[in-house]
Parts: sequence; C-alpha cells; structure tokens
Amino acid sequence: MFTSLFAALNSMAPEDLIVAALFIPTAAALLIPLCHRVPNLREAVTLISAVALATVTWSLYPYIIDGVRPELKVWDVGQGLTLSFKVEPLGMLFALVASTLWIVNSIYSIGYMRGNNEPRQTSFYVCFAVALASTMALAFSANLFTMFLAYEVLTISTYPLVTHKATPEAMKAGRVYLMLLIGTSMVLFLPAIVITWATAGTLDFTAGGIIPITGENALSPFLLGGLLFLFIFGIGKAAVMPIHFWLPAAMVAPTPVSALLHAVAVVKAGVFSILKVVVYVFGIDALTTTSANTWIIYLSAFCVLMASIIAMNQDNLKARLAYSTVSQLSYIVLGAVLATATSVTGGALHILMHAFAKITLFFCAGAIYVAHHKTEVSQLDGVGRLMPVTMFAFFIASLSIIGIPPLGGTWSKWFLALGALDAHYQFAMAVFMISSLLNTAYLLPIVSRAFFKPLPGTAAGQKVAIAEAPTACLIAISLTTLGCLILFFYADFALDMIKLVDFTGAQTNTASSPAAGGELLEGAFNVR
Amino acid sequence: MNALSWGAAEPHLPILVVVIPLVGALLTTFLRNGFLAWLVATLVAFTLPFITIHLLLTVLETGQPITYKIGNWEAPFGIVYRVDQLSGYVLSVIAIIGAVIMPFARRSVVAEIDERARSWYYTMYLLCLAGLLGIVITGDAFNAFVFLEVSSLATYVLIALGKNRRALLAAYQYLIMGTIGATLYVVGVGLLYVVTGTLNFDDMASRLSAAIVDPGQRNAVVTALGFMVVGLSLKLALFPMHMWLPNAYAYAPSFATAFLAGTATKAAIYLLVRVVFSVFGVGMTLENLPIGEVVIVLSIAAMFLASISAVFETNAKRMLAYSSVAQIGYITLGIAIANQAGLTGSLAHIANHAVMKTALFLALGAVFYRVGSVLYDDISGIGRKMPLTMAAFAIAGLGLMGTPGTAGFISKWYLAVAAIDDGMYSVVFLIVASSLISVVYIGRITEVVWFREPSKAAAQAKEAPLSMLIPLWLLAFATVYLGFDTRATVGTASEAAKVLLEGVR
Repeated sequence: MFTSLFAALNSMAPEDLIVAALFIPTAAALLIPLCHRVPNLREAVTLISAVALATVTWSLYPYIIDGVRPELKVWDVGQGLTLSFKVEPLGMLFALVASTLWIVNSIYSIGYMRGNNEPRQTSFYVCFAVALASTMALAFSANLFTMFLAYEVLTISTYPLVTHKATPEAMKAGRVYLMLLIGTSMVLFLPAIVITWATAGTLDFTAGGIIPITGENALSPFLLGGLLFLFIFGIGKAAVMPIHFWLPAAMVAPTPVSALLHAVAVVKAGVFSILKVVVYVFGIDALTTTSANTWIIYLSAFCVLMASIIAMNQDNLKARLAYSTVSQLSYIVLGAVLATATSVTGGALHILMHAFAKITLFFCAGAIYVAHHKTEVSQLDGVGRLMPVTMFAFFIASLSIIGIPPLGGTWSKWFLALGALDAHYQFAMAVFMISSLLNTAYLLPIVSRAFFKPLPGTAAGQKVAIAEAPTACLIAISLTTLGCLILFFYADFALDMIKLVDFTGAQTNTASSPAAGGELLEGAFNVR
Repeated sequence: MNALSWGAAEPHLPILVVVIPLVGALLTTFLRNGFLAWLVATLVAFTLPFITIHLLLTVLETGQPITYKIGNWEAPFGIVYRVDQLSGYVLSVIAIIGAVIMPFARRSVVAEIDERARSWYYTMYLLCLAGLLGIVITGDAFNAFVFLEVSSLATYVLIALGKNRRALLAAYQYLIMGTIGATLYVVGVGLLYVVTGTLNFDDMASRLSAAIVDPGQRNAVVTALGFMVVGLSLKLALFPMHMWLPNAYAYAPSFATAFLAGTATKAAIYLLVRVVFSVFGVGMTLENLPIGEVVIVLSIAAMFLASISAVFETNAKRMLAYSSVAQIGYITLGIAIANQAGLTGSLAHIANHAVMKTALFLALGAVFYRVGSVLYDDISGIGRKMPLTMAAFAIAGLGLMGTPGTAGFISKWYLAVAAIDDGMYSVVFLIVASSLISVVYIGRITEVVWFREPSKAAAQAKEAPLSMLIPLWLLAFATVYLGFDTRATVGTASEAAKVLLEGVR
C-alpha cells in the first residue's frame, strides 16, 4: 500500500504537492473532532496525517533541488493582496523541519497527554493540526499578504493550546501570548506591509528584494532602517527583546505545546519570516549598501547574550529553556540581518539544528514532569539515575545547542561565525563564541546535577530502580536525539538546498549556476 | 440575477423598493396572528434584495444612474428616485441584512415580545425597512427627511418594546437625540431651499456653485452645510454624539438590535456621503468648513475611546454597541480622508461591518434566547453548551479585529493605504493601534464564554435552534468569504467612490 502511495506521490505535479501539504493538516483538523469518541482512532488520524504530510514535503524536496520553483495562485483579492504559494529553498527547509517534527511531536503528545490524563484532548489535536496547516501556508507563502494571513492563523490556533489548562495562570499567559503576538503583528507588521506596498507596488517575495533604494520611490537609509524596525518587532514570534515575554509566559502550556512553540512551528515561523523578509523583501545587498541593518545587528547581538544570562538565573527548567530559545532565535535574526549569503545560510541552518536540539530538551523536561512531576532545576538531583535515557538525551541535545561536534548545532554556528566575519562584524563572531560558553554554563550543570548528585533520600552510590517516562515519550526523545547526531553527518541535504537561495535576483531558475555569496561560502563548503 | 425578468414591473422597480415594505406593513396591521405577520414580513424582506441587486447590477452594467419620476412629475416639482452606484450598493446591503435575519426573528420575537404586540412588531419592522430604503433611494432632500423620520419613529417602537424596562428610557433618549438630529438636518435643507429654490439633490448641486460665490448667499450655504453635517452625525452616532446608541442597542429586543446595528446607522452614513460629496461637492465642503480635519479627529477619538469603553463593559450587547461606535469611526475616517482608497475602504466597511456586527448580535440573540441574559456573569462558559453559536461569534469577532482572511481586514487595508496615499503615516498607526483594542474586548468575551466555568444559567442551556443558526452561520461564512472575494464589496465600493470623487452626479 505504501509503495503505491509513494508511486502516486512521485507522479504528482509539484503544484499538487503544495495543495496536498496544505490540505492534509486541514483535513486532519476536520476529521479529528469526528473521531471524538474513539481516542485511538483520533490519534491514528493525527499520526497518519503527520506521516502523510512529511511524505508530501519530502517528495517536494527533489524538485526544489532540481531548480523547480512550483507556484500556486489561489485567489486574487485585489490591490496586491494575492493568496498564492511558491516553494523556494528557505520555505522548503522550514516545511521539512516542521512536518518531520510533527510526526515525532505527535508520538510524544500521545504519550504525554494520556500519561497526564489531560482534559479536552480532541480540541488539543485539532488546534495542533490547524497550527501545522498554517505553518505549511507560511512556509510556502509567495507574498507578504499570504505570509501575514498564515502568521495570524498560527497565532490564533495556538492560543487555545497555550491556555489548554484553563487555570488562572494559563489564562494570564494566554492573554500575554495573544496580545503580544497579535498586537505586534497588527501595530507594526501590518503597517510595514502597507508601507512596502505603497513604496514597492508589490508584495511578492522577489529575489534581490522589492524595496527600491535608488530611483524615484527610493526609501532613504533612515526610513529603510525604520521599515526594518517594523518588520523585526512586528514579527513578534521571533521573540527579539523586548518582545520576548510571551515565550517564557507560554511555558505554562503542556510540554508538547512548548515543543510546538519552540521547535516545530511558532518561533521558527517568526525567524523564518524575518529571514524571508530580509532576503526577498529588502534584499541583502540593499541592507549592506545602505547600512540600514547596523542597529539591529547590535540589538540582536545584545539579545543573544542577555537572554543567555537571564537563562542562567532561572530555576524553573522550562523557563530556562525558554530563555535559551530567546537567545538562540536572536542567533538566527543576527544571521539574517548581518545580510551576507554565509550568515543567512547559518541562520537558515540554525532553524533546523536548533529545532532538533530544543525539541529534545523540551521532551526531556516533559518526560521528567510526567514521570516525577519535577519542574525546577534544583529538584533534579540524581534524576539521571532514575531516568538515564532521558538525561542522556538531554546531555546530547545540550551539546548540540552549544555547538560541539559531532552534533548538528556545530554547522549552524560555524556558518554564523563565518558570516559575521564575512560582513566585517568581528564582534558578532565574538558574541557567538561567548554565547556558546554561556550555553554551557546554563545547560550542562543540569546534566551534572542529574548524574552526579545523589537522589534525595538515598546515599551516594546506592542503586535506584529506573523509572522512565511512557514509552511513546521515550521513542520520541530517542528519535530527535538521533536526529541531532545524524544532522552532523548529513547536513548537506539542507546546505545543498540553501545554496540555491537566490540572493541577488541575478540567478535564474537553474540549479547549475553557483550560489551567490562569494569565496567564503564556497570555502566553507570545501571545508566540509 | 440579471436574467430575472421583471416584466411590466421593470421600469417601476425603484418605487417598488419602498412600496413593497409599506404595503407589507399595512398588511401586517390587519393580521392579529404573530406567525402570519412574520410570514408576510419574511416574504417582503426576501423580495427586496432581488430588486435592489437587480437595480445595482443594471447601474454597474450601464454606468448610468436609474431615475424614476414619481407620478411622472419632472424634477423641480415632483420627487425623483435615483439609483446610482452608491445608493444601489447601500440599498443592497440594507435589503440583504433585512432578509437574512428574518428566519432568526421568528423564535426570538416569540420569546421577547408580548403576544398581542407581535404583529405590530413586524409592522414596525417593515416601516423601518421602508424608511431606511427610502432614505437611500430618494433623490430629494426633503423626502429623505420624511423617510428619516419614518425609520426613526419605527425604530423608537422597535426599541421600546424590549422586555427590559430600561428599553423605554433608551428609546426616549434615542427619540430626543434623533429628533434633534433630524431637525438640524431639515433646517439645513430649508436654508438650501431658500438659496437654490429646489429640493432635488442634483439641482441643488448645480446651483450651489453659483450661490457660494455670491457674498449674500455664501453664509447661508455654509450654515446649511454645518447644520446638515452635524444633524446627520447625530443620526449616524459619530463620536461624541453617540450617547444614545449603546443603551438603545443594549436594551432593544435581540432582533431589533441585530437589524439596527447592521442597517440604521448605515443609511445615515449614506445620506452624509450624499450631502457632502454629491450636493456640496467635496471641494466646496473642504474649502469652506474644516469638516475633514474635524471628522478625522472625531473618528480617531471614536476608534479609541469607544473601543476602550467596550473593553470595560460587562454587558455583551453594550460592549458590541460601543464597538459599533468605534467601527463607525473607521467608516467616517475614510470618508474624511476623501481619496479613492479611503472612500472605497469606508464604503466597503459599510457592508463588511453590517455583516460582522449582525452576525455578532445574532449570536448574542441566540444566547439571550437560551439563557435570558447577555451579562458576562450569566453567559460565562456558554461556549461549551452552544459551541456552534459561539464558534460563529468567534469568527465574526475575528473579522471585527481585522484578522487577515476576514472582511474586516479588507476595510482596514484600504483605510491604511488611503492614509499613506495622503501622507498621514501617523493615522496608519492609529488605525492599527485602535484595532488592537478590539482584540482586547473580543479576547475578553472569548475568554468568558469559552474558558470560564459555566454559570448556573449557562449550564442548563442547549444549542440554539436551527432557524437561528442558519442566518448566523450564513453571516459568519460571509465574514470569511468577503475577506477573499471582494468583488461585491470593494468592487462596487470603488466604482461608487470613483463616481463620488469625479462629482459626476
């Protein structure tokens, strides 16, 4: 049956694959409530659609590598407002990450939600599916309007997930989440889109950017910087300080939701949007020639360090991981606004690498909660003896976040650091290195505490019975940990694709032409 | 729809728009049975959209307005009805809303109106409908005043019949304010009649340009403009002349609220646009009085202050009423910016807001039908008991917030583009910032109905009956549909805006 399915997918035109990628999670969202009374069937729907979605996105991958850029125009609303989709390398990468991790996250969710006896599981899975549908729409969006639409749907569909527990704290966090994300998107992102429309006369993502910096309609460097300000802070999902409060607040949600927020969809949608805006709306050349990006380089560098320092002082495990995410997101923003081909490559790669590492860390935090109801770092003494697999996975993922070979995180940091040099911001490279040290300082003590300190109430060296999380959780954790490792050796599947990103608009849709980006980038590939 | 053959009635369609509901009103007075009266009213209400849409399509096709001389009397002596792009559009909005809510009326009216008053209620409804359509279709300044009064008087009754005794006071408030507004309007009409010697909008327009340069008449013309604008602003509830509206909407029976929120202020807005753009002409208006600036400031004040009032409301109907005042602020803002995009956005928002707000009030009406109250404390947790109703409410609420993919976003987009076209960058941010406040008040009620524990009354409620769900979901669906297919709203609105700005009329 599966072979025939693959055969069918291979024969599908890439445009149909886009439709399928949007349709599958939507259909899941409609089917799940129908299976309300049969939980096993309901979860089967989620799992099957997750696998189907990943299959579809992976079937799109070879087309993108071959230089095909499938487009799908759905509806013209008028005045530049067109609902249309186009798959380009960055979006493809994001879609692959999100759809692949949805499978793992679904496996984990089933274990977690059942293990914790959470209420309202049907609406939980529905919102999850809607969030995935909007993530796919965002990844494949061909213009700012489509992106904005998907962005807002993603916020709204994840709001019920954040408030899932319906406790007063959850409601409060939900309010912060909704107001900060909808608020910034309406007050800053939307005007940015309107101004883009007014100056550029189009909203389509175009290689080399659409905002004129020379000629009649040109924006002065000052206004260009202002527009960049609107985009960077309007896309609140990227959690650039001071728009980061929602992320630590949202950790009241169940762990699978945190994983969705931090790794699969939400924050990644934010930084992905920023990457796309920088590359296809501003154009990296426009930013570097006008130096409109200088201030945001300093700001995001500050965020990288500041969030890491805050993370060190958090005792709540999920809060610590949340601030770690804030810091890591600023890596990607920094990579984007350094605006060189290498730094953007690093940023895009970091979406992938950070996703796998961070989802593992959150899965571990959730596993600890399910098995032992521990939430604070200070309670974790000796937990490594109870849950060796979980804590080992936590260790591996921490190393990947820090960027130590042989783990995936190495590559993204490598390219980011090279990009900083390429852009002649040596200090940014220093920031990346210092931040790695800080990462070590807030992640590894957790591991050492878990393994080397005795469990409270037991003497050192005394044997304790292993008490791990539900099997479904363990499977998910093992898969993503393995992912961190594999990504070190097989990172070229992503690099080959990012190489195809058209930075200048000079490149046509042929895969044979070399990627723009200069010698450093080429050199980097040779190093590998 | 254009293929529909009207036979011998074809040339008389403009007058039928008013005559049909009037005759219907007469019929219902003879029916002592509420159900039969409802049947008649429904029949009438469903005929009207076919006529108005046919008229609108004809106008759009030919590009020429349709004029109808009553009794074949020529313009200066007789009354002329006139359908152009703008009036055809507003007529269709009113007629469609008037029809869609009829299935809802049946049970809601039975629940909220005394048995002996039910058929009278439909009489008043049809009179109000006739009045609103009359305001829009007539080409005569005094006739517009007459219809204004017809609709207002009917509205007072529609509000006063509410079971809550405060409805009486609300209706009385509306009566006083409405009368003042209509009086100011008619004073302006009188002054213009003295100056131009005509009551016909077209003739007035052509003679005013001569009168304005005559120093002896200039003051009269400017005074007339001031009187008419202020009078109509009262009727359309422009901030700070909106005080009558929240109580009127909150204490009126559910059906009346749903109908009035979508249509009543829209007719007054139409008349304001007609007077400012077609009679005086936008150039003359702005040269002689700083109406543009004043209305922009008041609109922005409405967008913020009324929205903030909505945030602190604990009565869901009053909350939506304040939100209406804020939304009217968006409409008047675009009118005051007075460029192509601004007018297009405003006129499109007339339809978009009518659809969304009617949906919201219908949802609350359904809740009132099941719970008997719309206070936050009483309807908390109702989402679990009436998921379909409250899901539709949420969709329309998203529209009100201006979420992309809904009708509200389209209006907001055009208004923002209009502000940028005029170089008013700060206004762009005010528009989006005020819509943020709508996120707060919609978010607040969403929390109340979905996440709080059900109240005692809500715990016993069941899902609304189908006759209420169907119109509600139609409108909720339209909220999303009009966010993508904007041919009907933006398409027509931009045609109308073009005509208004060219001053062709």
